[in-house]
Amino acid sequence: MALPTKIALEIVTPDRSLVREDVDEVQVPGSEGYLGILPGHTPLLSTLAVGELWYRTGTEKHFLSLAGGFVEVLPDRVTILAQIAEKAQEIDITRAEAAKKRAEERLARPNLDLDAERARIAMLKSLIRLQVASRARTRA
Amino acid sequence: MPSLIDLRRRIRAVKSTQQITKAMKMIAASRLKRAQERVVSARPFAQRMLKVLNGLVSRVDQDAHPLLRMPDQTDASPLLFVISGDRGLCGSFNSNIIKAAGQFIVNEGQGREIALGLIGRKGREFFRRRGYDVRYEQVGLFQRLSFAHAQNIAKTAIEEFTSGKATSVYLVYNEFKSVMTQRVVVERLLPIPRLESGGAGGPDVDYLYEPTPEQIFQDLLPRHVEIQIYRALLESNASFFAAQMTAMDAATRNSADMIENLTLYMNKVRQAAITREIIEVVSGAAAT
Repeated sequence: MALPTKIALEIVTPDRSLVREDVDEVQVPGSEGYLGILPGHTPLLSTLAVGELWYRTGTEKHFLSLAGGFVEVLPDRVTILAQIAEKAQEIDITRAEAAKKRAEERLARPNLDLDAERARIAMLKSLIRLQVASRARTRA
Repeated sequence: MPSLIDLRRRIRAVKSTQQITKAMKMIAASRLKRAQERVVSARPFAQRMLKVLNGLVSRVDQDAHPLLRMPDQTDASPLLFVISGDRGLCGSFNSNIIKAAGQFIVNEGQGREIALGLIGRKGREFFRRRGYDVRYEQVGLFQRLSFAHAQNIAKTAIEEFTSGKATSVYLVYNEFKSVMTQRVVVERLLPIPRLESGGAGGPDVDYLYEPTPEQIFQDLLPRHVEIQIYRALLESNASFFAAQMTAMDAATRNSADMIENLTLYMNKVRQAAITREIIEVVSGAAAT
């Protein structure tokens, strides 16, 4: 069987279908580490962590921020069920910065009422968002 | 016989009511469109999720997970989530839900205590006054419906179920069939109905799992519950606007009928008055 040359990428969140196109390469933030996927990958099912996702069509790279969910990989198809996902252009930078500041404050003053784990995750999410957003800006 | 002035006043009143119902219909129609789009755009996720879940089922021990565990025969304390609307003026939307919930309580509640989770103001107003065991309350969420709301509700449902305070969890809501028809459905949310393995996914593929299938399964099941609730909320939201639009359309048409009848009557009254005056003049002239 000839290997497929393209991946049909589909990214959906509970609210909407975000991306649906044929791409050459995808990198997803798996819970055990980043996964680079090329056409013809072995079938794989993985949970997703908070992180950055990118996909490449030709020489064009697109970035998304992602938080939690699942990915299903088939040789010619990648389906991502994300809990939260945003395209780089859509990210609200001021909001992400505010969230980062808030999380920093919480982490700096650990107290028993506050869920440190949650603050840490919030921190991570905002950092990823900022990182993804900055990539979109440098490319533009 | 009412006077001309009274009739004119009534016609004016009906007209202004008609203007209001017409405006409400327009608003409901535009909101319905948006709500409908959301229902549709939530579908792919739910479908994909179910497919992945079905693929996993054959690989894991289904009895292992607490969310799948069947209650003992008695099923002693079910929890029913009633999803109603926040506002009225929507025909039988809310009363249908309340009726269905009441029926569930009567049928299932033989000798058992049924706890309620109330979503939407109308349902809450009804059941709160009647002294039920209310475990969860949420009003006003339909104005800004988001996935976070569903997650919140799912959290409560899962907590109640796993702690053993509820032995099963049901949902009752209006399903959006089309603009003209909404159907009340009662669904069991927990324990999750036994899943069929295989299905329409074509030949089974041998996946690599990262982490283990059990762990993915454990992550997936609560998500599944969230999605079910989210879908129910969206369906209910779309049904609400559909019901409101239909009700307001009927009201607008009824007031048009009413205006017509009143206008006819008014003309008759006016004609009678004119005739009477002429007779008075004529008979006055004849007398002299």
